Amino acid sequence: MEPLNRRQFAATATLAGATWLTPLGHMLARAAEKKPNRQATAQSVIILWMQGGPSQLETFDPHPGTNIAGGSKAIDTKLKGVQLGEGFGRLAEQMEYISLVRSVVSKEGDHERGTTTIKSGYRPDPTVVYPSIGAIAAHELPVAGCDIPRHVSILSSQWPARGGFLGDGFDAFRTDDPAGPVPDTQSFLPKSRDTDRLQHLDVVESAFAKGRSRRVESTLHKETVADARKMMSSEQLKAFDVSKEPAAVKKLYGDTPFGRGCLAARRLIEVGVRCVEVTLAGWDTHANNHAFTASQLKILDPAFAALIQDLRERKLLDKTLVLCAGEFGRTPRINPVGGRDHWPSGFTVALAGGGIRGGQVIGETDPEGKAEPKDPVQVGDLHATILKSLGIDFEKVSQTPIGRTVKFAEGEPIEKLLAAK
Amino acid sequence: MLWAKNLLFGSVVLGGAIALGANLMPPPEPKITRHDAQVYREPDFRATVRRVDTAFERQWADDKLNVAEPADDLLVARRLSLGLMGTVPSLEEIRQFESLPPDERLPWWIEHILQDGRCHDYLAERLARSYVGTEDGPFLLYRRRRFTTWLADEVAHNRPYDATVRELIAGRGLWTDNPATNFVSVTAQPEMGNKPDPVRLAGRVTRAFLGLRIDCAQCHNHPFASWKQDDFESLSAFFGQTHLGFAGIQDGPGEYQVDDKKREIMRTVAPKAPFSEELMPKDGTRRQQLAAWVTHPKNPYFARATVNRIWAFLAGQPLQAPVDNLEPEGASGGDALHPAIGLLADDFVAHGFDLRRLIRIIASTRVFRLASASDRDVTEAEERAWAIFPLTRLRPEQVAGGLLQSSSIRTIDADTHLAWRLLRAQQLNDFVKRYGDSGEDEFDGRGGTIPQRLLLMNGDLIREKIKESPFNATSRIAIQAPNETKTLEVAYLGVLSRRPTPAERAHFEPFLADKALPRSQRMEDLFWSLLNSTEFSWNH
Repeated sequence: MEPLNRRQFAATATLAGATWLTPLGHMLARAAEKKPNRQATAQSVIILWMQGGPSQLETFDPHPGTNIAGGSKAIDTKLKGVQLGEGFGRLAEQMEYISLVRSVVSKEGDHERGTTTIKSGYRPDPTVVYPSIGAIAAHELPVAGCDIPRHVSILSSQWPARGGFLGDGFDAFRTDDPAGPVPDTQSFLPKSRDTDRLQHLDVVESAFAKGRSRRVESTLHKETVADARKMMSSEQLKAFDVSKEPAAVKKLYGDTPFGRGCLAARRLIEVGVRCVEVTLAGWDTHANNHAFTASQLKILDPAFAALIQDLRERKLLDKTLVLCAGEFGRTPRINPVGGRDHWPSGFTVALAGGGIRGGQVIGETDPEGKAEPKDPVQVGDLHATILKSLGIDFEKVSQTPIGRTVKFAEGEPIEKLLAAK
Repeated sequence: MLWAKNLLFGSVVLGGAIALGANLMPPPEPKITRHDAQVYREPDFRATVRRVDTAFERQWADDKLNVAEPADDLLVARRLSLGLMGTVPSLEEIRQFESLPPDERLPWWIEHILQDGRCHDYLAERLARSYVGTEDGPFLLYRRRRFTTWLADEVAHNRPYDATVRELIAGRGLWTDNPATNFVSVTAQPEMGNKPDPVRLAGRVTRAFLGLRIDCAQCHNHPFASWKQDDFESLSAFFGQTHLGFAGIQDGPGEYQVDDKKREIMRTVAPKAPFSEELMPKDGTRRQQLAAWVTHPKNPYFARATVNRIWAFLAGQPLQAPVDNLEPEGASGGDALHPAIGLLADDFVAHGFDLRRLIRIIASTRVFRLASASDRDVTEAEERAWAIFPLTRLRPEQVAGGLLQSSSIRTIDADTHLAWRLLRAQQLNDFVKRYGDSGEDEFDGRGGTIPQRLLLMNGDLIREKIKESPFNATSRIAIQAPNETKTLEVAYLGVLSRRPTPAERAHFEPFLADKALPRSQRMEDLFWSLLNSTEFSWNH
């Protein structure tokens, strides 16, 4: 049974012919809507999205020396007793700030469906598009004076984070390698023609509004044009541009599109963006898993480690939650072409920063790759944890366009991961 | 081999010259596609249109609503073009349209569209979204393009719609050989030996073909609707014997089992129709039985769901929203539905599920031809009762299609050179990706977004399409139109399918005549303003 919200409670009461109960119903339903908790410290999220589904065994959950490792090695980290895959040399130094959930279980083994599931916390449903973490953050935590989109996807993949039932306005704003300009934000006209064009547009707009005034106003077309123009001239747009960063900082993150993306992510949250998703694709290692994963780590390791270090040095880590996840993990068994296939039943996500207690490891996968993981964590639990860290009432009930009621996250926060204030 | 190289070089040059010439010359006098307006005059056709009109008129009179005036024919043509082809009428088509006597124009236009490959492809894509969504589906087991090509062929041949749907539900074979089976194979579950998912299939069948949301009962009994969890389980059981193997989608042994979490057992569920069981045939595979039941002329939901969806394609909004829920909470047996749905559904059944006839009828109704503007204040009640034509935001591919077409004078259609069409397809895809594909959420009436505005103000495609170039309408109109009045008129017709108002003339004619800017830049500015207007991005 889904929870009733106020409106539905009222509707039930009315249908039951018990209209006198309505005020009481409202009161009860309001009381049942939980107050946002005061525990959280995070204000924004950076999601390192590992498109393709990384092998947990060569990254965050190595089982060196076992059959399932297939020869892959592990290294020790700053965190006693916790090992990482051997390409994570720099991240190993930051492990006291990072927590791992090694027992995430999902039911979706297809890239698109898995991506939707991890990004939104719900399995795909033809009746409704669930909003992703970034959309919920942008919706629930408005920012005054932010002229650029508050939800951004850098190196956006095929399936970027969606606003879902919160509205297309909360879709991630997609942009490519920060080495290039932000798409579509530059007018190629001299100022005078730019102004003239707006006057022309006004003339066409007035003609259409004639006889349709209220309805044309409600399209918000005019406002959207104004907002878009505000963005085009905003100083904050410079946050996308990493070229002015010191060479040393750029080197720290790595001279790769993903490294620049992570650096831009830090700059963006500094100007008030709520959520930045940075995608690193290429983890779908059906063949030659070890070699491909090793080359991916050469990109991920410096960028992830530099991001944690940089945020910390700037005193931003406490206010920024960093999540590193893909749509699923990969099979413990190695296939005949040296690859690993899709594996949604026991893989790792890494969390760090705002609201998260670092240095924790939750769950454990079977070294033989047979049994189910210990302390399994559902995708919904992960979402509840992240939203709670952001101070968002994860149980807040929304009405979908078809009138169903859903919570932001269907799960319980993992208390062990939440930092006490 | 030198002679061969010379020959090759010569033919390349010659070919290039011919192509350039063909593009630079004024288009030849367009041929009018032939049409037979007789169907529009049949008493039986007119009677149905009349009945639908009366149903609306009765409500308008009962509620004392003001009714909008008829819309200009060209704007009705734009609606039809957007709804059935995903683009706006070309200048070439508008010329043909206006060369006909007024009462023949719209019948000609409807027939012109129905014969056009763009219409078959576009309807196929829209229908496919309701059948299989937009997901990429399981690798190698699902071929979406084959599926839409097959659907386009069904539409092109105007195959009775019930036959198409039966093939979707019950078709057998490989998804490459018999593309209808992609309807089933898209639900293959790689983690379960590629077994098609009965739950997703049953959900699709009820939504897409019956306009019912029985699948909401999948997880729980709905507090208001009449469907129970058992109904949905027994419906899913019709796909319990569906298998995917070397021979593709086949029917075989097996029973549908559900994981009963409460009793901690696997429970076997027998197939059973949620209502009207007497329509279920005794013979055939389970899927054939289900297909026959769904499309049975006495199963009222099938025709109603189809009518509501086709109406929504044409008018931008369904008669009953949401499009896949004809049984809203608390209602039953279609009591709460708009009477026009029942009238159109009856005609659809009586004429063998003929989609073209349905489209012709809807397009001939008074309500479809009403204006979207009114001199009076329009109340929400009038909007709800369709006493005025609704404003609907265009879908991304409609905006892209309109942008591409309006930047060309000639119709971009099946006769257009293949390379040009491929380029169009590529540009359309890129644009739609950036604009944000609205996926399956077909008619949700959402507002525009900032990235969309940025794309239309500053994007590569718009810059490409309005700049000075012998291939663009901006330059060709500037060359061919004798004066500013004509230039302006042609630009408005091409982009907005209407002529400028006196106020617009008063503003733009002096601007176009002012030589302070080069002519190409004046044309660019004019087109930019038209393409960035609310009017261009909305159906009205």
